[in-house]
Amino acid sequence: MLSLVTFLPLAGALVILLAIHNDKAAKSFALGISLVTFVISLRLITGFDLGTANFQFLEEAKWLPEYGIAYRMGVDGISLPFVLLTTFLTPICLLASWVSIQVRVREYLMAFLALESFVVGVFCALDFILFYVLWEAMLIPMFLIIGVWGGPRRVYAALKFFLYTLAGSVLMLIAILALGYHGKTFSIPALMDVPLSFSFQVWLFLGLFASFAVKVPMWPVHTWLPDAHVEAPTAGSVILAGILLKMGAYGFLRFSLPILPDASRFFIPLIFGLSLVAVVYTALVALMQKDLKKLVAYSSVSHMGFVTIGIFAMNTQGVEGSILQMINHGIVSGALFLAVGVVYDRMHTREIAHFGGVAHVMPVYAVIFMVFTLASAGLPGTNSFVGEILILLGAFLANKAVAIVAATGLVFGAAYILWMFKRVVFGAVVHDEVRAMKDLSLREFALFAPLLVMVFWIGFYPGPFLKIFHASVEHLLKQAAVVKTGAAMVAQF
Amino acid sequence: MPVQMPDINLVTMLPEILIAILGLVLLLMSAGQDAERGRKVNAMALAGVIAAAALTVVTANGSSFGGFFVVDPFARAMKLLMLLATGMVLYMSMEYMRDQKFDGGEYQVMTLMALLGGMIMASAGDFVVLYMGLELMSLSIYVLAAWRRDDVRSNEAGLKYFVLGSMASGFLLYGISLIYGTTGTTLFTGVATALSHGHISTATIMGVVMVLAGMSFKVAAAPFHMWAPDVYEGAPTSVTAFMAVLPKIAAFAAIFRVLLIAFPALQSHWNPLLQLLAVASLAVGAIAAIGQTNIKRMLAYSSIGHVGFILLGLTAHTGLGYQSVVAYLAIYIFMSVGAFAIILLLNKAGVGDEIEDYKGLGHKRPMLALLMALFMFSMAGIPPLAGFMGKLYVFMAAVQSGMMMLAVAGVLFSAIGAFYYLRIVKFMYFDQPAEGAFGMELDFSARAILTVTGVVMLVWGLFPGALLSWSGASVKMFQ
Repeated sequence: MLSLVTFLPLAGALVILLAIHNDKAAKSFALGISLVTFVISLRLITGFDLGTANFQFLEEAKWLPEYGIAYRMGVDGISLPFVLLTTFLTPICLLASWVSIQVRVREYLMAFLALESFVVGVFCALDFILFYVLWEAMLIPMFLIIGVWGGPRRVYAALKFFLYTLAGSVLMLIAILALGYHGKTFSIPALMDVPLSFSFQVWLFLGLFASFAVKVPMWPVHTWLPDAHVEAPTAGSVILAGILLKMGAYGFLRFSLPILPDASRFFIPLIFGLSLVAVVYTALVALMQKDLKKLVAYSSVSHMGFVTIGIFAMNTQGVEGSILQMINHGIVSGALFLAVGVVYDRMHTREIAHFGGVAHVMPVYAVIFMVFTLASAGLPGTNSFVGEILILLGAFLANKAVAIVAATGLVFGAAYILWMFKRVVFGAVVHDEVRAMKDLSLREFALFAPLLVMVFWIGFYPGPFLKIFHASVEHLLKQAAVVKTGAAMVAQF
Repeated sequence: MPVQMPDINLVTMLPEILIAILGLVLLLMSAGQDAERGRKVNAMALAGVIAAAALTVVTANGSSFGGFFVVDPFARAMKLLMLLATGMVLYMSMEYMRDQKFDGGEYQVMTLMALLGGMIMASAGDFVVLYMGLELMSLSIYVLAAWRRDDVRSNEAGLKYFVLGSMASGFLLYGISLIYGTTGTTLFTGVATALSHGHISTATIMGVVMVLAGMSFKVAAAPFHMWAPDVYEGAPTSVTAFMAVLPKIAAFAAIFRVLLIAFPALQSHWNPLLQLLAVASLAVGAIAAIGQTNIKRMLAYSSIGHVGFILLGLTAHTGLGYQSVVAYLAIYIFMSVGAFAIILLLNKAGVGDEIEDYKGLGHKRPMLALLMALFMFSMAGIPPLAGFMGKLYVFMAAVQSGMMMLAVAGVLFSAIGAFYYLRIVKFMYFDQPAEGAFGMELDFSARAILTVTGVVMLVWGLFPGALLSWSGASVKMFQ
């Protein structure tokens, strides 16, 4: 089942490579494959046992048995939401590229489907080497998506993205190898129970941290993100913000906390510090941006700062809020990038100053854009409100000062996003190009519709979503509280 | 006192004998006037290489000439790799050689002689035999590098390689004489016995260092790498491809034999040197390649980097480490041959060696560019390609032996090195092609080589099990 969800898109890419030579047919086929993948992934939910924190839908096959490396797949309540988020966003991305991608369409679709495969695989992998292989393999399609179909500075952005991520990842590789060698296996569930000395944990944590922090991205290694976002095509930005950034935070949840609990607790001040800088500083940076996409990109860094605070608050509210907030951010920032893409397709500029008065010519668009803007600002009734309030609650329980500083980030967040909205949408129409813009087409409306539904669904009734990962989070927190060092493993709750 | 005859066991040498006789026969043939002789010579050379490979597989282990010539699983594995590499390079250069009017027959003879030298090195059980093999290989390659007689750069490449190579050989010989002087024998096992009992003098250690320096020159490990970029650039592309694979395998085989059979007692002395060579090679391979604009020069630096990784695996001194060396070499052969096959194809179509000349290859020849990208990503060590598995095992071995800092240096340099491989991908995919570029035909041999190497990249990247157990079996004797 998991292998099917993971590799169906890749198989689709192969079919396009070998059998479909017509751009139009390839587009429909790719969209079809991604929809089928989504439908199959929904069956994961219906078959998922909410009452347990165990890994489910387990699959195992031999790969390199001499070294404890195997093809192991499985999901728990923490990874399942991300799998669904990926399969949910990919069809939207493909639909968003329907018109804007004009050159080398088949290659684009293949890259995108391959990317989906690798990302889903990252969330399903239960073997450290398999995880690493997929984690790195994902760089190739993303590199090409930015570099081939991106904006004017795409080459710089693509190389920066690739090298930044690679430099972080290779240090993780060493940590993985050291861990696997120490534990005599690369099975992730088995490694969670291996006792490790404190200093070893610290080194391993730093190795993993190098990779996850770049991916999240945490300040100060976030500088690849604005470039990559600005230059990537719209769908590339959506997938980057919506899913790839979550991989870093997922790494903290899946590896750092349960496998290295002592080091994770030790590094709480560091993570809090960097996250607070991200929350406040990048929010201020976002305030100054002239380019719409760059603004949304910096807002991502700021929002992901909240997520890392929630994770390292290490209590139910904080961690559940973080996971929910990652889903929210995937939906909202994805939608914001799509919204930017809509006007970019019409005006071929993203300068905020070139807009103004869009509400007069595109009323439907303005309403939809407003919903996501408010969702990004965390208005009650939207999904982000639930996530942010949970995170702040968790942070407050863990460290009051952190919670207070983080809360100011919300104010700045509202400031930059609302000010941007005002400058783009309200006011009188001053530019002729703006006057000539048409409102949303049916296809574009179809992009936003599912995202709108999700914003309000999670906003008003988050219960079912929280229930998916509740049991796993409780289990994770127990693991994170364990003192692993020394021979006697004492559990402290 | 009866004169003791050394045991002459020619059966163990059958593959070498075959290659030697074939080389001589082809030399006679190439003196003829037959217009088609190039094709015949090439076909015979290829057939000979395949037959020698078959013989290598079936020959029993054993030794000859009182331990001067040894056939063991390791020697057989290395010979197979050499035969494979030579066969692939010969096969893919066929069209190129005809184009360049290289196909008189002597070219193949020199190639076979170099192969013969390499095979003797892999089986050497004695310093003198080792030196003979090395010189046979080197002299043949000097000649090959200067094959394009009317081209200044080719002449320069040959001469430079010759002069510097002779220096290195001198070092090696001097080292051998010091070893002989202090231990009284040139036989590897004899040296090992002498060193394990007796007192280890400074002269012996000097000898080891000299021998190591001479070998390092042959594999182009930094800081003995200076010749490589110039020679790679100047030599005809088919020779560069050959040079990138054969001497590396042969010299690594020799390094294994010398260090692990003759000098195990001195491991604490030579291992730090090896580590130094590894890190220096990694650094030079990663950093110096960034500024290169010529693809052959760039691949020269890239090969220096690969040598660094291989040395890193060797310094681990565990079964896994030795195994990773053999596996890495096997993967390296396919990556290099694949990449050079594409360069060769483009050369033939009049495309230059500048990286800029590859602009827009992805637009005009998507399959060719895809394959080149595959080789580049593999060399950069990005999964799920074979190059990643090679590096993974090297790092695993390094971590297992507790060489954390070396492993970290290795991964960081591999991340830096990724930049220049990506640059080629960038030129191929992100830039627009010139008018009318890349209009060549792919002949069958090019298709075959590219298919095989491309498939190997994926298969060994996803299912490396068979490769690893094979390489594991070949190095069991050193554990």
